[in-house]
Amino acid sequence: MADVLPFTDGELAAIRGDFPILTRTVRDGRPLVYLDSGATSHKPTPVLDAERAFYEQHNAAVHRGAHQLAEEATDDFEAARATVASFIGAPADEVVFTKNATEALNLVAYAFSNAAPTDDPKDERFVLGAGDEILVTEMEHHANLVPWQELARRTGATLRWVPVDADGALDLSGLDELLTERTKVFAFTHVSNVLGTVNPVADLAARAHAVGALVVVDACQSVPHLAVDVATLGADFIAFSGHKMYGPMGVGVLWGRAELLEVMPPFLTGGSMIELVTMERSTYAPAPQKFEAGVPNAAQAVGLAAAVRWIEGLGIDRIHAHEAALVDLLQRGLSERPWVRVVGPAVGTPRGGAVAFVVDGVHAHDVGQVLDDAGVAVRVGHHCAWPLHRALGATATTRASFAVHNTVAEVEALLAALDRVPVVFGLDTEREAS
Amino acid sequence: MDLYQELILEHSKRPHHAGLRDPFDAEVHHINPTCGDEVTLRVDVSGTGAEAVVTDVSYEAQGCSISVASASVLAEEVIGHRVDEALETFEAMRAMLTSRGQVAGDETVIGDGVAFAGVSKYPARVKCALLGWSAFTDALARAGVDISSTSSTSPQGVSS
Ligand SMILES: Cc1ncc(COP(=O)(O)O)c(C=O)c1O
Repeated sequence: MADVLPFTDGELAAIRGDFPILTRTVRDGRPLVYLDSGATSHKPTPVLDAERAFYEQHNAAVHRGAHQLAEEATDDFEAARATVASFIGAPADEVVFTKNATEALNLVAYAFSNAAPTDDPKDERFVLGAGDEILVTEMEHHANLVPWQELARRTGATLRWVPVDADGALDLSGLDELLTERTKVFAFTHVSNVLGTVNPVADLAARAHAVGALVVVDACQSVPHLAVDVATLGADFIAFSGHKMYGPMGVGVLWGRAELLEVMPPFLTGGSMIELVTMERSTYAPAPQKFEAGVPNAAQAVGLAAAVRWIEGLGIDRIHAHEAALVDLLQRGLSERPWVRVVGPAVGTPRGGAVAFVVDGVHAHDVGQVLDDAGVAVRVGHHCAWPLHRALGATATTRASFAVHNTVAEVEALLAALDRVPVVFGLDTEREAS
Repeated sequence: MDLYQELILEHSKRPHHAGLRDPFDAEVHHINPTCGDEVTLRVDVSGTGAEAVVTDVSYEAQGCSISVASASVLAEEVIGHRVDEALETFEAMRAMLTSRGQVAGDETVIGDGVAFAGVSKYPARVKCALLGWSAFTDALARAGVDISSTSSTSPQGVSS
C-alpha cells in the first residue's frame, strides 16, 4: 500500500514538520497518533503565523474606519475571501464568512423564516409555510438536521428525510415521493462524517432543481479532503468549517449563488451589514456584507486563507489520494479482524477520510479508551449523528479520521492498539461480529 | 491501564440486579448526550423520613463498561440500605469520581465502588460512571424522598 502513497517519505516528514503539536506526547510519553481530524484538524505553522501576523501588524476593525490599519485589515480580510472563494471555484462575493459550518447552515435556515410574507419584494423561494416541505437525510450531522427541524417548527412546514440503506448509502428508491413540488429545500451532506459515504450531489441537485427546490450541501467533510468546485457541484449553497481544513477555529464559510444571496433575507443584523439606517427601518448592504453583521473574524479568515494556500501547495488531489490510501489500508486491516464491523461503504467504494466501526460486545467508549491508552486519538460516540446511529443499530461507533500528515505507521499503530481490545475485555475473537 | 479493574469488567459483563422490576415508586430515564448511553432506572422505597429504606433498584443500562458496571455496583450498594446511607454512598462516590485522582475512596462506605477510583483521572468518563447515580437520586426525588442534603447530581457539562 505504501508504494502508492503520493508523497515521498521526505515530503511527508516535511508536512509533519509543519505541525508543532505532532511532536508532543500523550498519556505517559506515548507519541501522539492523531486520527480525529474529522472533528477538528491541527493547524500548520503558516496558519498560526498568518493569524499572529494579522494581529501584530494590521489589527483593526474591518470595514470600519479610514485609518491605515483599518485599510490594511480590510484588504487582508477581503483577500482572504478571494483566496477561499477561488479554492472552491467561486467569485469572491459569493463567500460569506461565518463562525463555523453550523452557523452557516443556520444562516440559510433562518433566512427562510425571516422571509416574512410582508417583505417587499419577496422571493417566493424563501417563503415557507404549512403544506411546504423540507427534505433532509437520515445521515446528517445534527448541524444539518436540527436547524431544519426548527425551521419546520417555526413555519409550519413539514420535515421529511431520505433513509439510509444497510450499506450506509442513501436509499433513493423513494425519492420521487419525497422530493416533490412541495419541497422548498433539500439539505444533505456531501460526505458523511461517520460513514464516509460520498453522496451524488450533482444528481440529487438536478432532481431537486427539477421540482423547484433549493439545494443546501453540508461540505464540512468534503472541502478539506477532495476537490470541490461549486461551478459544477450543482448546489445552491454549501457550508464548511475552517477548523476542519487546517484553519483556525472560529471561522466557517457559507457559499451561495450570487442571485440567491442577493434576494435572501439576512440572519444576524446590526453593524456592518447595513446600507442606510433610520430610527424606523434599515436597508441592507449587498451580499456578502449583508450576512456578516458585527466586526468579523478577520484574523481567523486570514488564517483560513493561509490554510488554503498550504493545501494548494500540496495539491488537494494528492491530499485526497494520500488519505484514500490510508483509508483503504485501515479498512483492509479492519476486515481481517472478524470481531470488527466497519459501517459504511465496502472496501474499494470511494469514501471520505473517515472510517467508523463497531467492536461487537465492546462499547465504543471502551474501545476509544484502550486506543487512547496507546496514544491513538479517535472519536467515539454518535459523532453528532444520533439518528444515523439509530438507523445503523449502534449506540455508538469508534471513528478514525485522517489528515494529510497521517502515515502508514499510524494506521498500523491503530490496528495494534485495537488488538488490545479483545484482550482487555476478554472477547472471543474467533466469533464473528454481528 | 488502571481504569479497567477486574471488578468493573465483571460487573459490566454480568450486571447485578439488572432488569426492570415491580413494584416501584418512580422510574426515570437518563441519557449521556455525548455518547448516547442510556439508563432506565426504578426505585422502590418503603417507610418514611429517617426510617426510609431502598427496597429495590432495578434498571436497564445500555452503554459502556463503566456506565453499566456503575449501575450494577450502585444497585449492590444501596438495595436494602436506608435512604440516608444510600445518599451518603452517592456523595462518597461523587467525591471520588470528581477528584481527578485525588480521592481514593473508602471501601467501608462505597464497597465495590472503589474499583472506579481510576475513572476520576479521565474526565470524559466521569459522566459514564455517574449516569446511574444521577438517575438514582433523581428517581428518589420523584419517589418523594427529600434529597436536598445532596449537592447537584449532575457532573459538570452533563444534562439528562
Ligand atoms: C458533516 C458535518 N457537518 C457539520 C459539522 C459542524 O461543524 P462545526 O461544528 O464546525 O460547525 C461537522 C463537524 O462537526 C460535520 O462533520
